[in-house]
Amino acid sequence: MLAKYGPQLVNLLAAALLLLSFAMLTQRRILSLINLFAAQGFVLFLATALVAWLTGQHHLYGSAALTLALKVIALPWILHRLIRRLNVKWDVETLINIPSTMLVGIVLVILAFNLALPISSLAGTVTKATLGIALASVLLSFLMMITRSKAVPQVIGFLSMENGLFFAATGAVYGMPMVIEFGVALDVLVGALILGIFVFEIRERFDSVDTRHLERLKER
Amino acid sequence: MIPEVALLLATPLLGGITLALLGHRERAAELNVVFSTLTFLAAAALVARIVADGPVTDAGEQFFVDSLNVFLVALTAFVAMTTALFSRPYMRIERDHGRVTDGGMRLYHSMYQLFSFAMLLVLTTNSLGVMWVAMEAATLTTVMLVALYRTHASLEAAWKYFILCGVGIAQALLGTILVYFAAEKILGAGAGSLLWTHLDAVKSQLEPTVMSIAFVFLLIGYGTKVGLVPLHNWLPDAHAEGPTPVSAVLSGLLLNVALYALVRCKVITDGALERPFASALLMGFGLTSVAVAALFLSRQRDIKRMFAYSSIEHMGLVTFAFGMGGPVASFAGLLHMTMHSLTKSAIFFTVGHAAQKAGTQNMDDIRGLVRINPTVGWGLMLGTLAILGMPPFGVFASEFLILTTAISLQPWAAPILLLSLGIAFASIFGKVQPMVYGDTVAKRLPHPPALIPVFTHLALVLMLGLYMPPYLANWYRMAARLIG
Repeated sequence: MLAKYGPQLVNLLAAALLLLSFAMLTQRRILSLINLFAAQGFVLFLATALVAWLTGQHHLYGSAALTLALKVIALPWILHRLIRRLNVKWDVETLINIPSTMLVGIVLVILAFNLALPISSLAGTVTKATLGIALASVLLSFLMMITRSKAVPQVIGFLSMENGLFFAATGAVYGMPMVIEFGVALDVLVGALILGIFVFEIRERFDSVDTRHLERLKER
Repeated sequence: MIPEVALLLATPLLGGITLALLGHRERAAELNVVFSTLTFLAAAALVARIVADGPVTDAGEQFFVDSLNVFLVALTAFVAMTTALFSRPYMRIERDHGRVTDGGMRLYHSMYQLFSFAMLLVLTTNSLGVMWVAMEAATLTTVMLVALYRTHASLEAAWKYFILCGVGIAQALLGTILVYFAAEKILGAGAGSLLWTHLDAVKSQLEPTVMSIAFVFLLIGYGTKVGLVPLHNWLPDAHAEGPTPVSAVLSGLLLNVALYALVRCKVITDGALERPFASALLMGFGLTSVAVAALFLSRQRDIKRMFAYSSIEHMGLVTFAFGMGGPVASFAGLLHMTMHSLTKSAIFFTVGHAAQKAGTQNMDDIRGLVRINPTVGWGLMLGTLAILGMPPFGVFASEFLILTTAISLQPWAAPILLLSLGIAFASIFGKVQPMVYGDTVAKRLPHPPALIPVFTHLALVLMLGLYMPPYLANWYRMAARLIG
C-alpha cells in the first residue's frame, strides 16, 4: 500500500514544503516564523525517512535523524531561547509589501521549475519530480532574507535555505554521502550559534536588532 | 597516512585547541608563532616529498596532493607563519591601546590557528564535499576575527561577511550536489563519487548540461569568497574593519584558497563540456572585477579599504588568466597568485603599523611615515610599487605575462586590462606618496614594529622578479599543465 503510494506521498510532502516556504515568506510574527521553520524541518524529516524506506537507502535514515535532531529540535530551541532573551516578539516588518513578495515568489517558483527540468529529466530517482520544489524553496528563502530587515528572520531564512538544499540532495541523488552531511550539519549548527552571539552583540551595540542600522559601511 | 600531511593538519588543529585554553596568557603570541612555524616545516617537508615522488593520494584517497596544491600549501603555511610573527607585536600594541580584551586575544589566537587548519584542509582534501565543509569552516572562524574589536563598524562588517558568504557558499553546496548527481551515474553512489581524482578520471563522461549548471552555482558560491565583482561587497568591509593580521591572511590566503577550489571545479567542467563555457565565465567575471575595482580605487579614503579593492583587482586578473587557459596564461596566473599573496600581506603589515601610529585608517590623516619611522615608510612605498607592477618586482613579470597572453589570445580584453591597470596605478600611487613623505607630528610606536616579515616578503618578490630558479619555474609549469 505504502510502497504503491509512496512516490505520490513524497510529492505531497514536497508540496507541503513549498507551501511552508510561502507561509514563511508571508509570516509577520517572529514566533510563528520559528514554528513554521520547525514544521518545515519536520516535513523534511518525514520526506527523507519515507524516501529511505521506499528505496532501501539506509544511510538516508541517518540523514533523517540528523534533520530531526538539528532542524526540528536543536535550532528551533536555540531560536526560541534567543528571542526570549532578546525579548522580541514584535511583528516583523518586510521591506516590500507582502502581496508583491508573493508575486515575486511565484515568478521564482516558475524559474526554479524551468531550471530543474533538464536535471530532473536525467535523474533516475523516484523522487525526481521534487527537485524543482527543492530549488524553489532555496530561492524563496533567498527572497525572504532579502525582504526582511530584522536579524533573526534573516537567520531563519539562511537556515531554511539549508533545508531546501538538503531536500534537493535527497530528491536528486538520495542524499549526499553521510560524512558530508555530517560536516554540513556541523557547519550549520556552529553558524547558527555564532549568528546567535552576533544578534546579541548587535542588540547591545545598537539597542535594536534591525539590520537597517548596519548600513554605514558603503561607498560614498 | 603520510606523516607530512598528518602533521600539516594536526599542528594547527592542536594549536587551535591549545590556544583556546591559553590564548590570553602573556606568551600566547609566541606559542602562536611556534605552531605556525611547525605547520610551515610540515608543509616544507611535504613539498620535498612531492618534488621527489610526484602526486600522492593518502588515507584511502581522502587526501590528494599534486604540484598545483602543494605550491599553495607551501605559500599558505609560509604567509600564515610570517603573519603570526607580525601579529605578535601588533596585537600587543592593540591590547595596550585597549582595543582588544584578554578574552579577545584568546579568541584571536585560537581562531587564527583554526583558520589555518581550515584552509589547509581545503587545499589537501580530495573530496569536493569536504572541500565545501572546510571552506565554510574557514568563513566561520574568520567571522569572529573580523568582529574582534566589537565596534559598530566591525560588527556590521562581520554580519555582512557572514550573511553574504554564508548565502554564497550555500550556492556552492548546491553546485556540489549537482556534481555528485552527475558523478553518481558513472561512479555509483557513495563518498568515492565526490573524490576529485575519480571525477578527473571520468570527467569526459559526465553529463554536460548538469555540469554546466553545477559550475554556475560553484562559481557564484566560491566566487563570492574570491571577491569577484559583483559578489565582492563583503570584502572591503571585512578587510577594513578586522584586525590587520586578519586582513593580511584574508587577502593573501583565503582568496587564493577559494580560487583554488574554483579552479579544481573548472578542470572537471572543462573535461565534461568540451566547449569553453567555464573559461568564458571566468574571463567575464575576472575582467569585470579588474575594471570595477580599478574605478573604485580612486574613491577610497580608508587605507585598508583601498588595498582591499586592490585585492579584488588582482584576484580578477588571476581569474581572467585562468579563464584564458593554456600553459602560459595558467603559469602567469599561478605566479601572480604567489606574488599578490606575498606583496599584499607585506603591504597590510606596514599599513597596520602606519594606522596604529596615526591612530586612524583615514589616508588624509596619515602623513610623513618616512620621517618618524623610516622602515615602515619605505616598506609601504616599496610594497606599493611592487603591487602596482613596477619592475623589477615579480608582480611585473606575472602581469606582463598575463597582458601579453591576453594580446595574443583575447585581443579585445587587452585595452580594458591596460586601462584598468593604469587607473589603479594613478589612484594608489597618488594616495600613498603623501602618506609616506610629507610632515607629521605623530610619535613613534611604544613597541618596535615587526618588519622582518615585510622585508622578507618584499625580498622574495624582488628575487622572483629578477631571477626564477629553474626548479621553481618547472614546478609552476607542471601546476599550470594541471589547470589546462
